[in-house]
Amino acid sequence: MAEWFQDNGLLLGLALLDGLSSAGLIFLVAVGLNLVFGVLRIVNVAHGSLYAIGAYAAASIGIFLAGLGLPDWASIPTLVLSAALVGAILGPLIERFLLRRIYAQEEVVQLLVTFALFMILEDVQKLIWGVQPIHHDTAMKYLGTIDVPFGADFIPFTNYQLFVLPGFAVVTLAGLAWFLRRTLTGRVIVAVTTDREAATAMGIDAAKVFLLTFTFGAMLAALGGALSSPTAALVPGIGAQTIVLSFAVVATAGLGQIEGAALTSLMMGLGRSVAVYFEPELEVVVPYIIMVLVLLVRPQGLFGVIETRRV
Amino acid sequence: MSEVLLQASGLRLAFGGVKAADGIDLGVMKGEFLAIIGPNGAGKTTFINMTTGYLRPNAGEISYEGQRITGMSPRAIVKRGIARSFQLPQLFLEHTVEQNVALAVASRDGIWSPLTPLLRPGYRDEARDLLERFGLTGIADTRADALNEGARKLADIAMAVALKPRLLLMDEPTSGVAASEKMDVVETLARVLREAKVTAVFVEHDMDVVERFADRVAVWSQGRIAALGPPGEVLSDPAVQREVIGIERHA
Amino acid sequence: MRKIEPILAILVAAAMIVAAIAAPWLRFVLTIALAKGIAVMGILLLLRAGQVSFGHALYIAFGAYTVAFLAPRFGDAMILLPLAALGAGVLGLLIGLFVTRYRQIFFGMLNLAMAMVFYSLLEKLYAITKGSDGIRVEIMPIAGQALERVTYEWTIFGIALGLAFVLGFLLRLYLASPMGEALAGIKTRETRLEFMGVPARGVLLSAYVMSAVLGGIGGALIAMTSRHVTPLLSYWTSSGELVFIAILGGAGGVLGPFLGAAAYELVRVYAAASFADAWQMILGSVLLLVILFAPGGLWGMAARAIGGRGR
Repeated sequence: MAEWFQDNGLLLGLALLDGLSSAGLIFLVAVGLNLVFGVLRIVNVAHGSLYAIGAYAAASIGIFLAGLGLPDWASIPTLVLSAALVGAILGPLIERFLLRRIYAQEEVVQLLVTFALFMILEDVQKLIWGVQPIHHDTAMKYLGTIDVPFGADFIPFTNYQLFVLPGFAVVTLAGLAWFLRRTLTGRVIVAVTTDREAATAMGIDAAKVFLLTFTFGAMLAALGGALSSPTAALVPGIGAQTIVLSFAVVATAGLGQIEGAALTSLMMGLGRSVAVYFEPELEVVVPYIIMVLVLLVRPQGLFGVIETRRV
Repeated sequence: MSEVLLQASGLRLAFGGVKAADGIDLGVMKGEFLAIIGPNGAGKTTFINMTTGYLRPNAGEISYEGQRITGMSPRAIVKRGIARSFQLPQLFLEHTVEQNVALAVASRDGIWSPLTPLLRPGYRDEARDLLERFGLTGIADTRADALNEGARKLADIAMAVALKPRLLLMDEPTSGVAASEKMDVVETLARVLREAKVTAVFVEHDMDVVERFADRVAVWSQGRIAALGPPGEVLSDPAVQREVIGIERHA
Repeated sequence: MRKIEPILAILVAAAMIVAAIAAPWLRFVLTIALAKGIAVMGILLLLRAGQVSFGHALYIAFGAYTVAFLAPRFGDAMILLPLAALGAGVLGLLIGLFVTRYRQIFFGMLNLAMAMVFYSLLEKLYAITKGSDGIRVEIMPIAGQALERVTYEWTIFGIALGLAFVLGFLLRLYLASPMGEALAGIKTRETRLEFMGVPARGVLLSAYVMSAVLGGIGGALIAMTSRHVTPLLSYWTSSGELVFIAILGGAGGVLGPFLGAAAYELVRVYAAASFADAWQMILGSVLLLVILFAPGGLWGMAARAIGGRGR
């Protein structure tokens, strides 16, 4: 064991740091998916595509602005603004013209509709940005690297991945918890989540809440994508990977659980990056192994609550 | 009338702070019609849910034909001969009424035959016969989601009867049935059940129905049985009249 | 409508044979259409229970790779077909034991996750699967007869058509049987089944295994026809295609999957090359239009045209 650490310690350290940053990204997407489900009772299969579009949009806006002479430091706010832009445009469009038509439909129809949307958005992304990898990492380079002490060694790691990504996740988690519990709009959202009929009966404008929530969820997905864009080259297919992964997080944590989603994201992010360094073939499989194991023991998810139907 | 078919002892169940069952002791005699009355939220449906395996009591025991059935699944309990109908009818909405009842008939044999039709002569005839006895022949080919409330209720009960239970639990069998038809419906139901020698427990809000058809009445109040006895006695008890029937009649 | 269906099926089959004689390339396209139609019958089964799987390409890929792996050893189509069906059935049972605990979005996404895992394994385990290059399948003897190419292709076409008939006939019987009607009962009132003493999960599981077997058979036929298997068979777009065909064909009769598959494959021959980057988008848009405006699919339209009811 000690010998193993001697040989692989650095690798393990690197894997842990990597895991932390990817957990941050997974969390942003998963929490958006969760929030939208809680309020709209629709799991949006196209949620991963919003992540992908957020990533592409952030990269190309970043490249465009850099061409206009934007200073390097501004590339970080640019990421966030691009994500907000994507969410603010696509969110209301999708909610108003598509989802609003199907709230009263059977679940299987809702599933099929968001799946169709997913098919459409995957190609929209390919048509706009092509299939060649796109890479724009000014934001990450600007912040430089840091030597993280690990045992007797130091691991060089980018500040962006070590601080910015987990930082955004923590701020989102705290901000969301505060927003849902302390603000009026947040409480309205919670009220609609817990009992839609009662909330509507009390005069809450459900349509507005749905629109707001979906747009916000779309922004979170786009933010996850935008923040991921400096760390890796963008290629087609990330949308599909992301939706499946963030669904795995939501399912493992239990639907509607925000803090639970954070913990599960961490677990899956770490599990996946450890696999990348030690058994790369298993990278994609690890999160699902975790999910299956958890669901076998607790079908309602780690933090989920069993709902009983009234008869 | 002296043999106990179902015995509940010391049943307790709480949802959060609400005690839906707070020490229920009740013996149901073979062959009797036992009515359960009481205000909403007294735990009447909870009793049915516990007896049929949908809810598990926190404490206490239910035995049926001398064997303990507490903690068994709804499926295992049905197989032992206890069927139920529902306050909100539970029909297969995309099937016709005839198919609904035929499925219930078929389920007695298990439904595992994959290649012979559901509406084969054996099942179809039995289903049609039941529908006729319930006066539902006219809507046999109507899809369940197109029925009115009263017809849904009857079809729901017909499905439970099709299981050929020895004990039938009915949750408000006459709610939703038009007042003018109510007595006829109950009359028919009582005849079908007597013919088949089915013991029945039913939750009921209509005191005329209770008076006319129940052999005994159990009065539920806050998770307990407040009174138990023949309808004549129980319903004329001033306390029961004040607490239960008064509320019922005004509700 | 039910009475007309067999006559219609014979007409469709006759049309297929005429088309296959008239143009050799159509023989290939129609064999693939028949194979996919068989697999789509499995999707139809699950739709009956109100469930949709976004990962059933897994079973197609499994059937196809079974043929590719075992062809050198048991090189006879008459042995490989049952083996592929059996293998897919066993895999379906294992996965089904897990996924049938869930409904709706969980069911759909867990299936998707399984297919994604299988896809990445096919891609990454290069030593065994030759990764994205895929494996070639040689022309194999059928029932002990070594055949030259044209006769081989005709024979596979014949087997596909025969299987489509037999399996379609069996499925039709099944859907009207107590077991099949109980399956449909899961969609509308699952709890009632339990209160009738019927194990709803067992009913769904058996349908799931059947759908896996149908997928395995479809996949085996595809491998024998296209004679080249790649991980793409298991990619989410392939699963989406199955769902698309099922909805396009309509969930009513067993002829639907075949009408849908034939229409799909024919259009694809012309359109997919010209719109390669927008193909999923077109599929998604048509899917949306069918769901929102023609819920009966092609079968529903045909039924209305003839003047009967879809079911």
